[in-house]
Amino acid sequence: MSTHTLSVLVENSPGVLARVASLFSRRGYNIDSLAVGPTEDPNVSRMTIVVNVEGHALEQVIQQTDKLINVLSIIELDPIASVQRELLLVKVSTTPETRSQVLETVQLFRAKVVDVAQDAVTIEATGNSEKIQALLRVLEPYGIKELVQSGLVAMERGLKPGISHQPDHD
Amino acid sequence: MSAKITGAQSLVKSLENAGVDVMFGIPGGAILPAYDPIFDSSIRHILVRHEQGAGHAATGYAQATGRVGVCIATSGPGATNLVTPLADAQMDSVPIVAITGQVASAAIGTDAFQEADIRGITMPVTKHNFLITDARDIPRAIAEAFHIAGTGRPGAVLVDVAKDALINMVDYEWPTSVSLPGYNPIMEPTAESVRDAAALIGESKSPVLYVGGGMIKSNASAELMKLAELTGAPVVTTLMALGSFPDSHPQHLGMPGMHGTVAAVTALQKADLLITLGARFDDRVTGKLSSFAPNAKIIHADIDPAEIGKNRIVDVALVGDLKATINALLPALQVKFKSSKPDLTAWWVQCNSWRNKYPLGFDEPSDGSVSPQYVIQRLGQIVGPDAIYVAGVGQHQMWSSQFVQYEKPRTWINSGGLGTMGFAVPAAMGAKVGAPDTVVWAIDGDGCFQMTNQELVTCALNNIPIKVAIINNESLGMVRQWQTLFYNQRYSNTDLHSKRIPDFAKLAEAMGCVGLRCENKEDVDRVINEAMAINDRPVVVDFSVHRDAMVWPMVAAGTSNDDIVIAKSMAPIWDSQEL
Repeated sequence: MSTHTLSVLVENSPGVLARVASLFSRRGYNIDSLAVGPTEDPNVSRMTIVVNVEGHALEQVIQQTDKLINVLSIIELDPIASVQRELLLVKVSTTPETRSQVLETVQLFRAKVVDVAQDAVTIEATGNSEKIQALLRVLEPYGIKELVQSGLVAMERGLKPGISHQPDHD
Repeated sequence: MSAKITGAQSLVKSLENAGVDVMFGIPGGAILPAYDPIFDSSIRHILVRHEQGAGHAATGYAQATGRVGVCIATSGPGATNLVTPLADAQMDSVPIVAITGQVASAAIGTDAFQEADIRGITMPVTKHNFLITDARDIPRAIAEAFHIAGTGRPGAVLVDVAKDALINMVDYEWPTSVSLPGYNPIMEPTAESVRDAAALIGESKSPVLYVGGGMIKSNASAELMKLAELTGAPVVTTLMALGSFPDSHPQHLGMPGMHGTVAAVTALQKADLLITLGARFDDRVTGKLSSFAPNAKIIHADIDPAEIGKNRIVDVALVGDLKATINALLPALQVKFKSSKPDLTAWWVQCNSWRNKYPLGFDEPSDGSVSPQYVIQRLGQIVGPDAIYVAGVGQHQMWSSQFVQYEKPRTWINSGGLGTMGFAVPAAMGAKVGAPDTVVWAIDGDGCFQMTNQELVTCALNNIPIKVAIINNESLGMVRQWQTLFYNQRYSNTDLHSKRIPDFAKLAEAMGCVGLRCENKEDVDRVINEAMAINDRPVVVDFSVHRDAMVWPMVAAGTSNDDIVIAKSMAPIWDSQEL
């Protein structure tokens, strides 16, 4: 099994998410993450789906998804030729002794503190999955009280209409 | 601009514009506004007795005619009763459109009276579906529904219309074209794939044309005949493809699969190339997938790209309509064969030895009762290949596939993928409506018949004179067969005690049909001829048959096709060079 990132353009119409979710459910495909949002065209939404399948099954996932009438296009994103990001919010326990160490970690990972309480700080971080996992590994010993993570969103690199080319800092 | 009309009028006008000539349905609260304009419409509406009957009738109509079948029901239970026929049609790629009423849009989501989320419920069992809450969207949705159902790989489409959308006043405009940017069926295979396929066929010493239901959907039987005769390859037709290639043709080895002929099953197993045409490597054909056709390269022609590689990795994919695909393949093969044409003589010696050694057959019961296979065989012989035969699901279905000779497409209609018991009577009704000048026989089991026989009332009242042969073995025969073979003859809940309860002949009479009975072998021909002579009413014949008859050959579920048995504990004896 290996993970693959699929970028799916769908018509922005009611029930589209249900159709995709229902398809994945009934055909037994594993979704690692799913993110849906608007695009530059108000009639079109983009789903970024991370699936965990064998190479042969991936072609089936793509073909079956493409068969849905509301699916306009589906491509697999090459991890090297695409920008992939997740958003993390994590509430970490702090004591007066550990707070500065936690804040240092935040800086090292180019994350930011978005809320501070007596015994905890809440950190916001974006990055690819590896960066997010690395940050969590470092924070874990301090005590993670709560965390929430978005699905992965991703985009092909290169000049395409409506997409500007930005160097990747991660 | 013309005067405004109601959404309901717009719906019925849209159906007329879509070319609908008949629909099967039952009115109810939410769909009631539509039934008022239906009263004045040119569309023939046939009032069924259960919505499931409407759905299967639409399927039977579509299978017999190649046109899109239409059924209509109200919200809630009316709509949920259509779920089985929608799933059935979708599994067998049959084009049907179902129209359902929905509660008013303001009440959606409130658990209103007769509310069911039929769009959500039918999402997994339809090709596509719509929920219409604005009257202005009705013509476009209907145009799209018929386009989606009838093109590409055909399937079931549902259009759910909220009651207020049916009541509100709108301008009517039938769309001149359909715009579905996410739906572009591929009709022609690439030149490269055709060349690759021709190359493989040009090298094959033991090819088989493995033909599925897509052949009938594509109306490509004439092209298949040309391909078969050009290649000289053996042909097998699956349960969904029977009739697409004449059973009488010398290259036809029969049906493959769990109850296929030894020759068809074994030819697939031993082939070096499967030329797969509109078939989908269903588990009932392949047996244990990992041991299916182990030495064969695969050419897979299908209009649905998602079928390519779904169950079996392919060597050449031909994505497109079968008629176009074969028409592209024929000239490529003619060129290929000019330089060299493989000699299939040795392959045919093998295939013919399997065919001659293990023909289909059956034993006469020793207790003097009538054998079900004999009844079905005689029915096919007397009625002939011009009739339409419609089966339910179970032993009678398999015997009908084995012992009736099919010569033309659209003469055999059954529930292949979903295996829906109760399919035969309503589907035969729909087939007869679509082909009124053709004799239509439902061959049904006593179990199946008790699920949907109420539609005989519909047939009797609407001048739809179908004929029904009940193969009455007083049990759920196929399940009983499995209990005999795999559950130590412990017949848990398969005895229907249906010798006289119900009395099928009397039941038929009560529903306005002619009821006949046949209990002796000597009477079989006479009763069939008697039924054939009645054309003003539906006829039901209750054939009492031997209850322990079994369907052979058989590849037990989950086992390899190499382990086919021709009778209980009897495997074919292979020649040493075949082992």
